[in-house]
Amino acid sequence: MSRRPEDSELAALRAGDEAAFQALVQRYHGPLMRVAMGYVRDRSTAEDVVQETWLTCLRSLDRFEGRSSLKTWIFGIALNVARARRRKDSRLLPFASLFKRDDSESSAPTVDPRRFAADGMWRTPPDDWSNVPESHVLSRETLDRVRSAIDRLPARQREVIILRDVAGFDAQAVSTVLAITPENQRVRLHRARAAVRKVLEEYLR
Amino acid sequence: MICREVVELMTDYLDGALSDLDRARFEDHIAGCKGCTAYLEQLRRTRSVIGRLAAEAVPAALEAELLSAFRSWRSEPRP
Repeated sequence: MSRRPEDSELAALRAGDEAAFQALVQRYHGPLMRVAMGYVRDRSTAEDVVQETWLTCLRSLDRFEGRSSLKTWIFGIALNVARARRRKDSRLLPFASLFKRDDSESSAPTVDPRRFAADGMWRTPPDDWSNVPESHVLSRETLDRVRSAIDRLPARQREVIILRDVAGFDAQAVSTVLAITPENQRVRLHRARAAVRKVLEEYLR
Repeated sequence: MICREVVELMTDYLDGALSDLDRARFEDHIAGCKGCTAYLEQLRRTRSVIGRLAAEAVPAALEAELLSAFRSWRSEPRP
């Protein structure tokens, strides 16, 4: 098997290299927090989930066989920890929040059909964003809107978009870590990105 | 292909998951359609904005606790 760049990270961890561990903690903090926030209600609980994730990784590191990448393994653990935490806390959640509308597997259009004419061509075409300044697109306020749009997605879409677009996994790794088919992965990702795009469109207008 | 269909294929296109034939038809359409070109660009931009959420500093207290946990893990006897 060819050596992956992460093999040396894994070796460094096992050798007790604290700087290697610290680098991983820093690199994955944002993505792990997004994963955790999908399951719990507040930042402080999400930080608990991230902490528990790393402690679980340390406890299991000697048993990690490297069948998946180190990153896939870490995020798989994070999902388990976050889901367990949610189950534990779900008795405290309001009833309604357990029955959020979920169109994750739907093939319904992701763009409002009224935007197309009878012949299927654009009636109300999307704006050209190339003139929107990068400073506006990446402002704190825009990022807050995007973050809350992701938080509002059904869980099955949220997991996929966070792993793909925040954590930077490829399609194959996401299908594996979530145990879903590649087709499902793509449908969920498409619906999720379309929903976030819509929020941005309303805001950047 | 019509715009209404093309927009639903964009994630597959970006992932390289379209068949050769569909990709050619998709690209033909995009080449002559300002609206779909703009929509594809919006989706790309959306993806890159989402990517910015990854940057988040580790709170100092959490980092200190984790590093301390790492040091105790390191000092445990190994089989």
